[in-house]
Amino acid sequence: MTEQTAQKKRRSLVLAALVAITAGATLACGTTYFEIPIETPIRAKLDVSAFQRVLIAGFVAGGTDDVDANQETVRLLRSQLRSKSSLRVIDADVMELAAIAQEQNKTAVGGEDSAPSRAAGGSAATSSDEKAAPLPLPLEIKDEKDLEPYERLFANTAYWKQIGEEYQNPLIVTGTVLFMPHSRSGFVSRDVEDYDSFGRRRVRPVRTYMERKGFILRPKFIFIDGRTGATIHSQSHREEVLYNAQQNTPALSSYFELMDKVVPDFLQALSSQKIRGTRVLLK
Amino acid sequence: MPIVGSIPVMTFRIATCITLLTVALATPLHADARSDAVAQVDFGITVAQRGLWREAIYRWERAVEIDPTYAAAFNDLAVGYEHEGQLEKARQAYEKALALEPDNAQIRQNYDLFKEINDRTDGAKETP
Repeated sequence: MTEQTAQKKRRSLVLAALVAITAGATLACGTTYFEIPIETPIRAKLDVSAFQRVLIAGFVAGGTDDVDANQETVRLLRSQLRSKSSLRVIDADVMELAAIAQEQNKTAVGGEDSAPSRAAGGSAATSSDEKAAPLPLPLEIKDEKDLEPYERLFANTAYWKQIGEEYQNPLIVTGTVLFMPHSRSGFVSRDVEDYDSFGRRRVRPVRTYMERKGFILRPKFIFIDGRTGATIHSQSHREEVLYNAQQNTPALSSYFELMDKVVPDFLQALSSQKIRGTRVLLK
Repeated sequence: MPIVGSIPVMTFRIATCITLLTVALATPLHADARSDAVAQVDFGITVAQRGLWREAIYRWERAVEIDPTYAAAFNDLAVGYEHEGQLEKARQAYEKALALEPDNAQIRQNYDLFKEINDRTDGAKETP
């Protein structure tokens, strides 16, 4: 009897010890974590220490007539740079670069009739003289293809140097902005709420075929050294937004919605940014 | 004869003794290294929560030196580097932490968030 009690006691002790060891190990090995806010500093892509001023000159813009993408982009970038950059923003009239490019093209060809309309621009040149002439500039810019011939304006260092001299050698920001309507139809997944036979609420994903329309924004920012007229950096972006076909969203509102996504990257080229986030610290 | 026969037995016993001794000595050493590293990590977390990130990084660097198998210390170090904008060092530390604990969801989440920022930094097309 005494032997049995002693054995039971020993077993209980062994069990208790095992439980204690397991609990200890769980406590020791179990990971404790702490959420902590962090701010990641991102250095500017460009060294703009040589410049004190920035000229947002203007953009070759196209896509839709609902928004003047040239005016709106210049206004938006100037206001952003005023509050988020140490560079002084030059207040100047917005340059109509599409018209300037047309003028330069006329001069290059040496004739008044060399800037064809969009319809005429499509015809292929056949004679050897025409082959040597620069690509015609479409008057109406509807897509990326129409913008391509305008690229040579940004390579015209003499022109940009002259603009630089005019504004006392600032950093010049220019480029192209395409803001065009877009529609797409296809299957879209959305959550549908319903109740089962017991009256319980359920949310389940349902795939439905939908007609959607919206806009595409394709800006290309070109940074030019006003002292030399040479391009020092360029960056391209593409953003799109689609809405339900029945939804009537103003083009200007969509433009700002899309530019909101692009502006942080634009600013990052010129000034250091801090990106806020949360991370988990582990023990 | 019995003396000759006992030589392999003795060798086996000596080998066993050496192995046991090594294990006995190594286990507390490793445990000591880990507990020292945990102390450094703990202190690092406390000072990071008060905004003293440089001190925190110093502590976590000490922790990974003391115990290079401590994934949590590498994770915390990566977060510290990220906060200081040392993105390349942060990437290396996250990768080390994930190599040590590939299934740790919290380290993976931190790393994914870090990569998002890194992609944004390199995202836009650059042409000279």
